[in-house]
Amino acid sequence: MKRIVTAIVHNRSGVLNRVTGLLAKRQFNIESISVGRTETEGVSKMTFVVDVEDNRKLEQLTKQLNKQIDVLKVSDITDNAIVARELALVKVISNPQIRSEIQGIIEPFRATIIDVSKESVTVQVTGKSDKVDALIELLRPYGVKELARTGLTAFKRGNQPQQAEVKSYSLLN
Amino acid sequence: MKAEASVKEQTATKTGADLLVESLIEQGVDTLFGYPGGAVLPIYDAIYRAEGSFDHVLPRHEQGAIHAAEGYARVANRAGVVIGTSGPGATNLVTGIADAMMDSIPLVVFTGQVAKGVIGTDAFQESDIMGITTPITKHNYQVQNIEELPRIVKEAFHIATTGRPGPVVVDIPKDISSEVYAKDVIHHFHLPGYQPTLKPNPLQITKLHDALKQAKKPVILTGSGIIHAGASEELRTFVRNYEIPVVSTLLGLGSYPGSDRLSLGMGGMHGTYAANMALYECDLLINIGARFDDRLTGNLKHFAPTAKVAHVDIDPAEIGKNVPASIPIVSDAKAALKALNNKEVTSLDHKEWLDQSWARKADYPLWYHQKDEDIVPQWLVKKVYDYTRGEAVVTTDVGQHQMWAAQYYHFDEPNRWVTSGGLGTMGYGFPAAIGAQLADLESTCVAIVGDGGFQMTLQELSVLQERGLPVKIIIVNNQALGMVRQWQEKFYDGRFSSSIIDTQPDFVKLAESYQIPGYFIDSPKTLEEVLPDILANDKPAVVDCRVLQSENVYPMIAPGKGLHEMIGVKP
Repeated sequence: MKRIVTAIVHNRSGVLNRVTGLLAKRQFNIESISVGRTETEGVSKMTFVVDVEDNRKLEQLTKQLNKQIDVLKVSDITDNAIVARELALVKVISNPQIRSEIQGIIEPFRATIIDVSKESVTVQVTGKSDKVDALIELLRPYGVKELARTGLTAFKRGNQPQQAEVKSYSLLN
Repeated sequence: MKAEASVKEQTATKTGADLLVESLIEQGVDTLFGYPGGAVLPIYDAIYRAEGSFDHVLPRHEQGAIHAAEGYARVANRAGVVIGTSGPGATNLVTGIADAMMDSIPLVVFTGQVAKGVIGTDAFQESDIMGITTPITKHNYQVQNIEELPRIVKEAFHIATTGRPGPVVVDIPKDISSEVYAKDVIHHFHLPGYQPTLKPNPLQITKLHDALKQAKKPVILTGSGIIHAGASEELRTFVRNYEIPVVSTLLGLGSYPGSDRLSLGMGGMHGTYAANMALYECDLLINIGARFDDRLTGNLKHFAPTAKVAHVDIDPAEIGKNVPASIPIVSDAKAALKALNNKEVTSLDHKEWLDQSWARKADYPLWYHQKDEDIVPQWLVKKVYDYTRGEAVVTTDVGQHQMWAAQYYHFDEPNRWVTSGGLGTMGYGFPAAIGAQLADLESTCVAIVGDGGFQMTLQELSVLQERGLPVKIIIVNNQALGMVRQWQEKFYDGRFSSSIIDTQPDFVKLAESYQIPGYFIDSPKTLEEVLPDILANDKPAVVDCRVLQSENVYPMIAPGKGLHEMIGVKP
């Protein structure tokens, strides 16, 4: 099952290595990982999309992450109301004749063309991963020359629905 | 004026290495295990200038230093401190760091590093020790600014010794240790992401207490968490209050008196019949500070299949990792036991269970066939136990001799048993004994080692020679890598591939070349004549004790089998 896990980390040297090394050592599959600074200086946020077998594996993952000295907080936010986005850049082969056709395809996705050359256009799309997937699939027949995705980044919405938060791990309650 | 100038001069000549030495003194460190080299020259200079502050133990190989520090840490119950140089010095420490990580031994390891400006250029004696040790340390640091050094040392000791103990590496570039420094340094500690849970949740303690009241077949599994927490007294009270049989893990030996009537001995692959059957049949399993290692559990499908499992561990990640726990208790073992002991004591309805456990202990004890001419290794350990009245500090390598020592040396006190459990490191026992002896100069310290393992780190005999440390090395010499040989006999149709090593040095002459008394014993008669004095005198000794090669460790749970499928139980 796919889960979105975020880790707030102390931005010290080696922390990324420690976290990814730990996931590799314990044989967790990372589908994507994105890292960046947060509103607090010296604190970064990592967002992982992981594919785990079951809840026990997931519990291990969050516990092992939590154990790291430089990891301040780990949350599995999959079951929360979240905003999740990733950005993709897609360079598509296109001559001037089909450029407008591509424009028509990407428009419903609110994607934009950010670079044009004689043989190609570069499309920028942001959104949830499945939306990005869908657009890439539509562009594929034209010939994708280059593709880069940032991986998902996410956090919880300001307002959470009323029902009790689903906690996937907890030893203290 | 003059005085002020001299003060300035003094502070002006303080280097990063001096800051390190000051920080170590502040931590109360009195023993260092280390080996000098290019990148730690400034540090060694500062140690030289701080003469009298530390006992610096110089091994003959960095691996010897770190295993000695582990032995020291295990017996002294405080952090072992190691210094190694960059590159090969640091990589030679890797096995010991991994060993300490597996067995939760508190170590603070300082490694030299090439100067900051050349890191990443494949400089002479450069190795990426941060990258190498990341997966095998509780935490590691590379000092980037001299101001941080005192803070990092403080944090390193704190992390190594609190919560679940473990090794911390501090990598110090040479330009930082040689940098002259006068400004104020940062001492305060900043570890917002590290707050181990030490006190148990009262609700969970009540749950365990309730479960206990209903249990008909309770059993306690003691792990090394009890020893780390110094909770042996609390454990004894708890066991006495409820009369619950106790099974120990390999590393938990000594947390509860091994010779007590409620002790069923060690569980697991080479555990006793009574211990393993108790784990198999119990209806309440109270695990205190053990991590359900595969050598203990055997096939997880058959591990405590009918039991409610209560698991006390300071490391939340251990709970539910291998065996699901219905009563998880994240806590220091001492705090958890204290909370349990504060509950009202009720007598349990488990007489039948106790009688059954005792009957198994009496009917199916550990066993071997005594021989007139040959020394049976189990008997050898038994004799060591008798001659030292069970009071020695015992260290071992890994393998057959380790299992026999665990089976036949009944530890009644904690911090007396020093062995490489999780990593299973050959060559661990002898250097660990040096550290153990330094931590406890009063006790007899016996390194029970295999002939294979001893040959991996025997260069440390120099340390015994140098210091006259009375470590007794008993080589359980079967001229084979016994456990490998045993598995080849059992599971590979007796194809003894590279496991019989009959070319050996003359261990007596070897010892003598280090001016250490060496003894050759190959019959029970000689053993009874000479061993008592060897173990009682105040000199070091190397005892080449020839034992039966064909002897195997029993009972045994074959790989993939369950606790109830033991072979080699006394007929």
